[in-house]
Amino acid sequence: MKIGRRSFLSFVIGGAAGTAITPLPWKLMDDSSIWSQNWPWTPVPPDGEYSQSNSVCTLCPGGCGITVRKVDDRVVKIEGMKGHPVNDGGLCLMGLSGLQLLYGPTRVKTPLKRVGKRGEGKWEKISWDEAISEVAKKLADIRSNGGSHTVGSIVDSENGTVPNLFKRFLTTYGSPNFMTMPSIQDSYAMTLQVMQGVSAQVGFDAENADFILSFGSGIIDGWGSPVRMFKANSAWKANGKKVVQIEPRLSNTAAKSDKWIPINPGTEAALALGLANIIISNSLDSKKISQSTGFDSFKKLVQNEYGTDKVSKITGINSATIVSLAKNFARASKPLAICGKGQGSIPGSLNEFMAVHALNALVGNINKEGGVWAVTDTEYINWPKPEMDSIAENGMQKERIDGAGSEYPHTKSLLNRLAEVINSGDGSLEALFVSGANPLYSMPGSKAIKNAFDNIPFIVSFSSYMDETASNADLILPNHVYLERYEDVTTPAGLSKPIVGLTRPVVKPQFNTKHVGDVVMLIAKALGGGMADAFSWESYEACLKETLGVKWDILVEKGFEFNGDKCVLEGDFNFYPDAMKSLSDFSPVSIEGSAISYPLLLIPYDTIRLANGYIGDPPFAIKTVEDTVLKGKNSCVEINPKTGKELGLTEGRYASLLTPRGKAKVKVHLYEGIMPGIVALPRGLGHTAYDNYLAGKGCNFNELIGSTEDPVSGFDEAWGIRARLTKV
Amino acid sequence: MKEEGKHKKAKKYGMVINLDECTGCGACMVACMAENNVPFKEDESNKLDSIAWMRVYKLTNGKPYPEAEICYLPRPCMHCEGEHGHAPCVSVCPATATDYNHETGIVSQIYTRCFGCRYCMVACPYHARYFNWWDPVWPEESTKYLSPNVSPRMRGVVEKCSFCFHRYQLAMDKAYLEGRTVLEEDEYQTSCAQACPAGAITFGDLNNPEHKVHQLAKPDNKHGGRPGNPNVFRLLERLGTNPKVYYMSSREWVRQAGDNYINNEDLAKNYRH
Repeated sequence: MKIGRRSFLSFVIGGAAGTAITPLPWKLMDDSSIWSQNWPWTPVPPDGEYSQSNSVCTLCPGGCGITVRKVDDRVVKIEGMKGHPVNDGGLCLMGLSGLQLLYGPTRVKTPLKRVGKRGEGKWEKISWDEAISEVAKKLADIRSNGGSHTVGSIVDSENGTVPNLFKRFLTTYGSPNFMTMPSIQDSYAMTLQVMQGVSAQVGFDAENADFILSFGSGIIDGWGSPVRMFKANSAWKANGKKVVQIEPRLSNTAAKSDKWIPINPGTEAALALGLANIIISNSLDSKKISQSTGFDSFKKLVQNEYGTDKVSKITGINSATIVSLAKNFARASKPLAICGKGQGSIPGSLNEFMAVHALNALVGNINKEGGVWAVTDTEYINWPKPEMDSIAENGMQKERIDGAGSEYPHTKSLLNRLAEVINSGDGSLEALFVSGANPLYSMPGSKAIKNAFDNIPFIVSFSSYMDETASNADLILPNHVYLERYEDVTTPAGLSKPIVGLTRPVVKPQFNTKHVGDVVMLIAKALGGGMADAFSWESYEACLKETLGVKWDILVEKGFEFNGDKCVLEGDFNFYPDAMKSLSDFSPVSIEGSAISYPLLLIPYDTIRLANGYIGDPPFAIKTVEDTVLKGKNSCVEINPKTGKELGLTEGRYASLLTPRGKAKVKVHLYEGIMPGIVALPRGLGHTAYDNYLAGKGCNFNELIGSTEDPVSGFDEAWGIRARLTKV
Repeated sequence: MKEEGKHKKAKKYGMVINLDECTGCGACMVACMAENNVPFKEDESNKLDSIAWMRVYKLTNGKPYPEAEICYLPRPCMHCEGEHGHAPCVSVCPATATDYNHETGIVSQIYTRCFGCRYCMVACPYHARYFNWWDPVWPEESTKYLSPNVSPRMRGVVEKCSFCFHRYQLAMDKAYLEGRTVLEEDEYQTSCAQACPAGAITFGDLNNPEHKVHQLAKPDNKHGGRPGNPNVFRLLERLGTNPKVYYMSSREWVRQAGDNYINNEDLAKNYRH
């Protein structure tokens, strides 16, 4: 048969039509998809023996009790611990997703030594012995060259045994540069220092208050001990207690409050003093308090400088609202004023803290039920004072690199100043240890911090995760995560009843990691001499057991113990400390940038669904983030529709956000809950490290802002920066 | 024991969510994901294909600054009863992959029966059902935290909230072993209700006058479970789906947001007559 063009075409077309009509290909496709559906790549979780154990969550300073559910040696669920005084069964979404940190792809699985350029991500796996001897060798060199004071450490807080081991290490080594991550706890501690003359932490008897006046504190956005605040908030609702939220944006806290009062950002102190004026003028103040030191000067200050009309002009809140707020606050039987914005990771303006604290004193709720308490834990760390050799003595005489304790006398640590000091060449560090903190991401002005870190020749990270700081380090000595280790947990932020908890291993270490406490001791032992003597414990666990003494057994049994009662510290209240004098001529919290080239004001906002400290959002948590906060690879900014109209920006449009410090591409979300002229950006996005579930999503607020020093305290006070938003 | 159970009054597990107390923190969403082996992808910002058995919606009152208000609304599966168990999804499923359990009032989802036609997703007025467009992928070690109580789903099937039915089964097993046939109120709680840090979710048997859910919602079983408490409402009440998730709010606009109304509708006449 001859195959012509015609017959060839009819063969092809006929064949195609025939194939299409027969069910065979469709049937095969269907069968193969059903067949491949059952391929073993869908895991079948093995069953086994069920058990439970209790511990404490340390993902934030909240200190919630947790109960983990296990199947054989696998932990399958973390739940809130029933009966725990902080959270009684409830747990936040970070705590609930903790297993994704334990078994997650972001863990550092073995000690790593950098082989490429910094931040390039090229690592060599090394053994623990090599890692420790490398650090010890470096430190010995620095010390013998007389540079012991150029070694520093950054840890998450100053409380508990692990931070104190670092402190002891630096002391015996000869460096005063023990630095901690800043928070509102610092500002509150300083406020208690200057106004009450006590060295204590602040505690709030929030559950018993009946009128809560919050100056921008994210009561249900992660402020204080988050789950405890959630519970307090529900109790207020159930019992008809009032909450007033003052901030320029309708946050979740504002939305759940009884009244939301928008305020011009940075003028909170003026409002507090304006309220004080009305309270004093109407004789609504607690009579006992008027005998206090400086009351007359304070009275003169508020009456002369903080008249209602003037305050109304400064804050943008109308006079009638201010007057009724003052009266309602003072007439409540247990009023409580709190401050520290968002989750409280930026210390803020000391003026604001003092003004708010004065307001509390005015209504007589210092160290009272439902009021503000000065809390001190019963000290259980009573280690013998270490022997210090001459190098150590000399080193400890040197001034701290961040100027804490010298330039700013009441401070212990001013990490916010470190970058500036190093970048301007006023000081330098030869080696830096970072543990339980991620300053490269979470400090405002993170670009400057990065530059400063580039000038530190030797950085050691103790992080369990490949975070920004770890990925820019020279050596990573990974710690166990909290579910694999013992550690004491001191009183959670803002609790008025001191408590100590014990985190303990609920599962054996999953990777080749070591407890940071053990590593510090091993390095000290490798350095030998007096340093080895100062760390004579056999292991961290032995040290912790010895330190806790009789508490150990109770903690192992119960997981927590009250550590002393509320501490009544009857210091005389000083209404008008020297630090307050600058308030005689009010100026709002300073904001970087000129209003002409940057017509808008950019403020950050916190939500409980986004972690913005050492821990980054695990996959479950980032999954809950709304698409009006994060969409694809872009953060969304909130602007008022009025602002949007002026700028020609509509919902979902891409825009370029420019500040004096940086630039980012963002998506626009029009939101009626924000003051016109303000742009709000969520914190907790824009990670460059961790895993693919978190990295590369959105922009980091801390890259768009710099650090602004509070002139009185030296702490970072900035809660915003001038900005411009343009179409792209 | 089975015979004994037959004469018992059927249970009707349901939820009352207090929207005044709900803070929109998202703990319920994560508690659910962690309990039920819910998968996750690198990008979850497309909420149409982001599987969340429990999803928290943000409602706004539509008023301009500064009168704007927001309210969060957690949305699990409503476990609709319809009339005599004719839930919208159950009636359309050609594979009997989703069924109404008359003993507990829980609407099931049987993954191995489901062949992915997604009729139920179309029928569900609450968007409570999700389709697995891809096979789930857990990063290397992450399969270690998977719970053996809930089977991970494969590509091509629909999944949804089960009111943590496996917890009911475990609680019942335990009760039987102890020679009981009746569960205490706190013996069976969903993962979200247990985790909620605000205590906004109450779970229990709506038919049991001693359970808190019954006392809060005061369901009128003669009229399709309609709530007797004036602050309590259900989503899309007027569709007649007879859902078992009740919401409580002291704010009028929030209660109104639970249903659709035509302009100038006389609510007093048409609603709750």
